[in-house]
Amino acid sequence: MATQQDELLQQVTASEYKYGFVADIEEELAPVGLNEEIIHYIWERKGEPEWMLEWRLRAFRHWKTMQEPRWAKVTYPPIDYQAIRYYAAPKKRQVQSLDEVDPEIRRIFEKLGIPLEEQKLLAGVAVDAVLDSASVATTFKEKLAELGIIFCSMSEAIQQHPDLVQRYLGSVVPYTDNFFAALNSAVFSDGSFVYVPPGVRCPMELSTYFRINAARTGQFERTLIIADEGSYVSYLEGCTAPIRDENQLHAAVVELIALDGAEIKYSTVQNWYPGDREGRGGIYNFVTKRGICLGKESKISWTQVETGSAITWKYPSVILKGDGSVGEFYSVAVTNNYQQADTGTKMIHIGRHTRSRIVSKGIAAGRSNNTYRGLVRVLRGADYARNYTQCDSLLIGHTCGAHTFPYIEVLNPTAITEHEATTSKIGDDMLFYCRQRGISEEDAVALIVNGYCREVLLHLPMEFAVEAQKLLAISLEGSVG
Amino acid sequence: MDNILIIRNLRVAVEGKEILHGVDLEVRRGEVHAIMGPNGSGKSTLAAVLAGREGYDILEGEVLYNGMNLLEMEPEERARAGLFLAFQYPVEIPGVTMATFLRTALNEIRKARGQEPLDPIAFLKIARERMSWVGIDPEFLQRGVNESFSGGEKKRNEIFQLLLLEPQLAILDETDSGLDIDALKVVASGVNRMRSPERSFVVITHYQRLLNYIVPDVVHVLYDGRIVRSGGKELALQLEERGYDWLRAEGEELVLPSIS
Repeated sequence: MATQQDELLQQVTASEYKYGFVADIEEELAPVGLNEEIIHYIWERKGEPEWMLEWRLRAFRHWKTMQEPRWAKVTYPPIDYQAIRYYAAPKKRQVQSLDEVDPEIRRIFEKLGIPLEEQKLLAGVAVDAVLDSASVATTFKEKLAELGIIFCSMSEAIQQHPDLVQRYLGSVVPYTDNFFAALNSAVFSDGSFVYVPPGVRCPMELSTYFRINAARTGQFERTLIIADEGSYVSYLEGCTAPIRDENQLHAAVVELIALDGAEIKYSTVQNWYPGDREGRGGIYNFVTKRGICLGKESKISWTQVETGSAITWKYPSVILKGDGSVGEFYSVAVTNNYQQADTGTKMIHIGRHTRSRIVSKGIAAGRSNNTYRGLVRVLRGADYARNYTQCDSLLIGHTCGAHTFPYIEVLNPTAITEHEATTSKIGDDMLFYCRQRGISEEDAVALIVNGYCREVLLHLPMEFAVEAQKLLAISLEGSVG
Repeated sequence: MDNILIIRNLRVAVEGKEILHGVDLEVRRGEVHAIMGPNGSGKSTLAAVLAGREGYDILEGEVLYNGMNLLEMEPEERARAGLFLAFQYPVEIPGVTMATFLRTALNEIRKARGQEPLDPIAFLKIARERMSWVGIDPEFLQRGVNESFSGGEKKRNEIFQLLLLEPQLAILDETDSGLDIDALKVVASGVNRMRSPERSFVVITHYQRLLNYIVPDVVHVLYDGRIVRSGGKELALQLEERGYDWLRAEGEELVLPSIS
């Protein structure tokens, strides 16, 4: 670990957002704006069955009755939903074999460090690559299929596995859940689908890499992961976008379902374009992520490192329905310059002996605002439920803000909840101590921040942890001195 | 010329209040200088200014370190050029292991010296050896920097870092404060082990006690922001006996002796 940390420190140069390139690929674009025709357009392009059209239209009609939520501690000008393009897909579409992937698309992902050739991939990671609205490649499908694991794009799942999709899609996040979930349900165009059959331990990390490329286009992907009885899967999600001085909307929905004794580990390194130093541009990341521990003794664990986006609105949550089920949330959220993050989790205890653990590390620098918002709810029947929450904030400089809004609702007298919170600063004395030992100020900040986040980073798969450390350092460049 | 450090007429203010009123000091390579003085005389200010801490206004004077204009160098540049400060109050850095911190520091300094970086194995070997010199358990390498160390452990940890980083000029800022006699001996033996014709020390202390174990070549008395007297190691004993008041009694007639 120490070597990688050093390499990381050496790699911290004066670079800014390094994923900000725009690739010139031929894309099929829907007309700008949103109405029932656009929904028909998407549905047709995807060649989906009839029931999906009904599903989308129901969501759309409901969405029209809803108001955008305004309770988060973020501010932004009103979003014109008619000025967004809801579908953009590379013209050369889903291919039969990886060799057929458009070389230009292949280059995009290579530039991002995500090679699509299986032999070159990091050992033990299967990738689904999503560009704008469409999945362009999924690796290691055959190998996984031998174990009965389904790992494919959402479009493909709707075609090939309609029973599973119909049964679970919207079962954790119904379209009525919130404004952005309704919008997503109406217009989502792709995403990843995972099904792990009973008793199977998925032998490799499954990963989706999301990339927004087209201008004035929103990304609305949908991920559905089902872990059947006694199975295990670890899933990774990464994302980047070009530098543009407009704001782009990303409204994803992720649903996880863990049956009896199953375990899902979901890790995110979110690095959407955060906007420039003056706060121009950047992604609005309004995402609904929720898992349900349906079965007894099941477990869902969210780990997220959030460094990107102009605005993050995101609360990966767990509904602990099965007796003895476990929910975890480990989070590092970094904001710099004019970024705003309102993020946290919900742990809903329904079953007996359910346990949840929340570790949140917020880091604010520049003129940014970083908010933790969390809910721990213990329902009447959740005998002996337990929650432990630790919520730390780290401030760098004098012009940023850290805020904590923990909500705890306990309806069962046998439940125990604990909440600990701290706020600290990277003090001048800490930096001076490092510098007196020969470590530059930037490297010192990276070192201190990584130390502060260690508890969370330990929960990431190794390759991802190294990536996350680099990101933390880059995100905080220029935040001191 | 073999002066590693030359301070000329250094006047320093903190928040508009002048603390050092013109300090002159020359330290030769291989020498150990003790700077003694009562509370508030400016000892720690001097140490902080030499190491480059922010918040100190240089009103006048210059400091040459190995012939370089020290006051124009960033703190990390000073450290990489071989200047080390053992802190009076070492800072805790939670979550950053001693091993990561010190290997990063050592490799920065080695880079500046034109040496290859140490890999983790080589680093561990040298770190364990130096820890044993000051009686620190190697297990400390996996703990956060100074994180929940006792006062004595923090001080010993500073000396361990001195042993590891092998500076040319080490400034010890009240390293003896808060140490019992056994810990004091350990700290002193660590420092004595490092004494060499190539390395100089400036030992800042309130009490003579430490100087029984780290015997200085020269003792200076800093009083009210000036060096009011310099002499051999017997000066420290004199101060121990008579306190600082006799210097006050002699008042302003004191002329600054220059050490050559």
